[in-house]
Amino acid sequence: MSTLGEIVALSLAVSLSAVLLATLLGLPLGAAIAVGRFPGRRVLIVLLNALMGLPPVVVGLLVYLLLSRAGPLGELGLLFTPRAMVIAQTILVLPIIAALCRQSVEDAWVEYEEQLRSLGAHGLHAALTLVWDIRFSLVTAVLAGLGRALAEVGAVIIVGGNIDGVTRVMTTTIALETSKGDLPLALSLGLVLIALVIALNAAAHLIKEAAQRRYG
Amino acid sequence: MAASGSILPLTLRDAGFAAGGRSIIEGVSAEVAAGPTTIILGANGAGKSVLMRLMHGLLQPTSGVVAWRGQGAERLRRGQAMVFQRPIMLRRSALANILYALELARIPAAERGRQAMDALREVGLAEVAHRPARVLSGGEQQRLALARAWALHPEVLFLDEPTANLDPGATREIENVIKAFDASGTKIVMSTHNLGQARRLGDEVLFIHQGRLVERAPVDTFFRQPASAEAAAFIKGELPWT
Repeated sequence: MSTLGEIVALSLAVSLSAVLLATLLGLPLGAAIAVGRFPGRRVLIVLLNALMGLPPVVVGLLVYLLLSRAGPLGELGLLFTPRAMVIAQTILVLPIIAALCRQSVEDAWVEYEEQLRSLGAHGLHAALTLVWDIRFSLVTAVLAGLGRALAEVGAVIIVGGNIDGVTRVMTTTIALETSKGDLPLALSLGLVLIALVIALNAAAHLIKEAAQRRYG
Repeated sequence: MAASGSILPLTLRDAGFAAGGRSIIEGVSAEVAAGPTTIILGANGAGKSVLMRLMHGLLQPTSGVVAWRGQGAERLRRGQAMVFQRPIMLRRSALANILYALELARIPAAERGRQAMDALREVGLAEVAHRPARVLSGGEQQRLALARAWALHPEVLFLDEPTANLDPGATREIENVIKAFDASGTKIVMSTHNLGQARRLGDEVLFIHQGRLVERAPVDTFFRQPASAEAAAFIKGELPWT
C-alpha cells in the first residue's frame, strides 16, 4: 500500500506538471486572442470562458475514450498511468489559464496600445511584451489553474483508475476512504490538501508582492 | 536627417475624424513644414489629441487625407516619435525601456547601450538608469519618455500635453528638454492648452476650436492680435499665464 507521503508527492507531481504544460500553452494562446483581430474571435472568447467550467468527469471520460485500448491513442498504453492524469488535468486547466490571461492582457493592451504602436510593436511581439510586463498579475491565473488541478477528482479517477501505488492521489484516496468508512484518514488527507493549497498560494502571493514593490 | 530623405512636410487636406457618429475633427487643411515649433492650441475637448494621433498615424482619417512627403511606412514610422500626456513605461529598468524602443527601431545591438545612455544623460536621468521605470516620479517618467524618443533620433517629435499632469518644477525640466530637442534640429509638434507654455516654446500656433482649425499664425501675432473671435476669447479666458 502506498504511504501518505507517496500519495501527496504523486498529487503534486501530476498537478504541477499539468499546470506547467497548461501555462506554456495557455499564456501565449490567451495573449494572442487578446491582441489579435480575426473572424470568430468573440465566439472563441465566449467558448474559452465557458470551458473554464468544464466538468472534470467529462474531461476524464473524453481522455479515457482517447486513450482506451480501442481508442485512437490506445496504442500508446497511457491509460491508468500518471501521464494520462497529467493529460486530463492539462486539458482541464488550459482554458482557465488562457481565459484569465486573455482578460489580463486585454486590460493591459488598453493602457499600452498607443505607446507600443507608436514604438512600432505589433502582433505577437506586442503580445509577448505585455505578457512579460504583467507577469506578476498572471501568477493569479496560474494559481487558479493549480487550485483546480489539485482539487479535482473526477478526471484523475477515470483516467488514472486510483490504483494503489501507481495512480493514487490525494483526492482519489479521500473519495475511496470515505466510501470505505475510514473517515479519520479521509479527513486528515483533506486537511493536508487544504494546507498545501494555502501554502502554495501564500508563497506565490509573497513573491508577487515583493516583485510589485520592486518593479512598480 | 538629410533634406533629401526628409519625411516633411506633412500635409493635411480636408482631414476629418468621426467616431460613433460624432465628428471630432472636421475639414482640417494644413501643411506642417520642417523648422518652427508648431503648437496645437485649444481648449480641453477641442480635438487636439485626436489631431495629433491623425498626424502620427495612430488614427486613420475618416475623411480627407493625411500625407507625408517621405515614402515607405517603415521610413515614416522611424522618422517620428510621440510622447503622451501620461508616460507608459514597461516594468523594467529605465535603461531597458529605452533599449526596448531601440530594438523595435532595429538599431544594431552593439549601438543600443551607448545610444540609450546618451539619451538618459541628455534628460538628466543617467544616475537612475538601473532603477525600475515605474517607481520613478511622474516628472522623471515623463523625462524618461522624452529620453526614449530622443534615443530614436526622430525627425518629427509629437508631444501631447506633455506637462499636463506635472508640477511647475517638473514642467520646467520637461520644457528644457523640449528646447534641447528643438535646438538639435528636431521638428516639434506639441499640443497644449497652456498659453504660457505655448509662448515659451512655440514659433507658430494652430488654434483648434470644436474640431476645426480656426486660425494659424506666428506665436507673437497670435497672442498680440488674434484674428478670430474664438481665439481672442480663449486667450482672455486663459489668463493668468501659468
